[in-house]
Amino acid sequence: MTLEEIIKPENQVYGKTPLLTETPMHYCPGCSHGVVHKLIAEVIEEMNIADKTVGIAPVGCAVFAYNYIDIDWQEAAHGRAPALATAAKRLNPENCVFTYQGDGDLAAIGTAETIHACNRGENIAIFFINNGIYGMTGGQMAPTTLEGMKTATCPNGRDVSMEGYPLKISEMLALLDGTCYVTRQAVHTAASTVRAKKAIRKALENSMASKGTSIVEVVSTCNSGWKMTPHQANKWMVENMFPAYPLGDIKDR
Amino acid sequence: MEEIKLMKGNEAVAEAAIRCGCDGYFGYPITPQSEILETLMALEPWKTTGMVVLQAESETASINMVYGGAGCGKKVMTSSSSPGISLMQEGLSYIAGAELPCVVVNVTRGGPGLGTIQPSQADYFQTVKGGGHGDYKLITLAPASVQEMADHTVLAFDLAFKYRNPVMVLSDGIIGQMMEKVQLPPYQPRLTDEQVREKCPWATTGKHGRKQQNVITSLELRSEEMEKINNRLQEKYNQVEQNEVRFEEYFCDDAEYLITAFGSCARICQKTIEILRSEGIKAGLLRPITLYPFPTEAIAKFAKQVKGILSVELNAGQMVEDVRLAVNGVTPVEFYGRQGGMTPTPDEVVKALKSKLIK
Repeated sequence: MTLEEIIKPENQVYGKTPLLTETPMHYCPGCSHGVVHKLIAEVIEEMNIADKTVGIAPVGCAVFAYNYIDIDWQEAAHGRAPALATAAKRLNPENCVFTYQGDGDLAAIGTAETIHACNRGENIAIFFINNGIYGMTGGQMAPTTLEGMKTATCPNGRDVSMEGYPLKISEMLALLDGTCYVTRQAVHTAASTVRAKKAIRKALENSMASKGTSIVEVVSTCNSGWKMTPHQANKWMVENMFPAYPLGDIKDR
Repeated sequence: MEEIKLMKGNEAVAEAAIRCGCDGYFGYPITPQSEILETLMALEPWKTTGMVVLQAESETASINMVYGGAGCGKKVMTSSSSPGISLMQEGLSYIAGAELPCVVVNVTRGGPGLGTIQPSQADYFQTVKGGGHGDYKLITLAPASVQEMADHTVLAFDLAFKYRNPVMVLSDGIIGQMMEKVQLPPYQPRLTDEQVREKCPWATTGKHGRKQQNVITSLELRSEEMEKINNRLQEKYNQVEQNEVRFEEYFCDDAEYLITAFGSCARICQKTIEILRSEGIKAGLLRPITLYPFPTEAIAKFAKQVKGILSVELNAGQMVEDVRLAVNGVTPVEFYGRQGGMTPTPDEVVKALKSKLIK
């Protein structure tokens, strides 16, 4: 079979959802963002809500999320996405509104907006990429950086006596009465990706059913920031990130 | 059907917002403007017009809720006082950069820092010169009465949508707290979703059959493209400067001495003009109603007519810099101000004008 025959549409067994644009993603090879984008796009497509979905993009590597998923988007200031989403959802309650945020955006500079949006039980979904590092600015320490983990701003490893402890913000958010669903997922294997997609779907369904705030944390790799190959990064995540951030549902009501 | 009520300036803002079809208010308590949020919560407009009212966790959250609502093409606003407005500067810069319409009311108090809860006009620079980062302008209205608190709330929304730009109503603790007669604006219905989509084809309403996605952003990493955006913003501000200058003249026609003052300070200076006139001194008052765009041409015109200009402000001398730029050395420009929440008496201003300009 020639290459031309292989790429004929009738011979393809897998394709991208039309909701993903043709724009080449700027993410590093091996990064989890691209997979999570794909899952969100597929779920929106399958739920047939693309016409009434508004995404709120963060400041961080996913700042250009609006270039990749063909829905209406707002680009927030660093950490403020849940405040934008609050208004976007309350003023158009029939719409589906979600934020897409990294660990610096959600768990450092935007902690107040995150906690209070969740505490009010805003009917939004929050997709939270936790790779334990600031990717876009060049690999600095995040609130979720592991103890001993080396970054550009803790080059000798995170010293908890100086820099505090890895922030388990999803567990914190699960304590709030406003959250209905808090789960921690990963996308490093086919099986985990299927589970993550189910979680994303549940979060968006909760939002449309006005059940409160849903948080889907995706423990992710940042192989560039971690200075590893994609394969090494996946292995390191399993061995080091998962014990600190165990996968599974934290709250489901 | 005139409906005249006696109310505080802050209450008038809340009433006017509901009546002009405001879709959402997001705010945080701070003296001396908390009556705006309190009045809205007491009036419960979500039961009548459907307007959303929400007490946010901070001024930072408030202005970003405004960003989110404005990005959906909704008529949204917030209000605060000086320290809270400082917290909003990041959001205002983003809103100006993303070219979104919104209204922000600043019931100014004395600073710097926590300062005082008494009235001040010390946020003039912050408001008309920027405050947040980047080259942008806030259209700025300066009400001098409770009536104007109501009228400017309505006007601010009109200007915000006309130019897709944030509009600041720069009030102060006197105007916010004092009670006066006010004729409230007529009720306008809130726009329907269809009307919003038609009026704001750029808004993130959800695509609803639209082919192109709408994206609200102020980000453009390609410098050559960002410069084009900057130039487009400057062209818009030029239009604002050509079309929207508003000011009021009080005994200016034959004036030999001119006072410039805005907001509550202009009310005090009206009395000063009456005293000076009763003494045979031909003095007039020019009150900028828009602080940006500033009535530069009008002041330049009077500069050729008068023997001197006194800018009277509740600060250390801020608007006087714009007056001097307008006058460009044609006639002497002096300043008199009180700070820290203190306000001058009309007689005090009379004395200041005589000592600084007549001698």
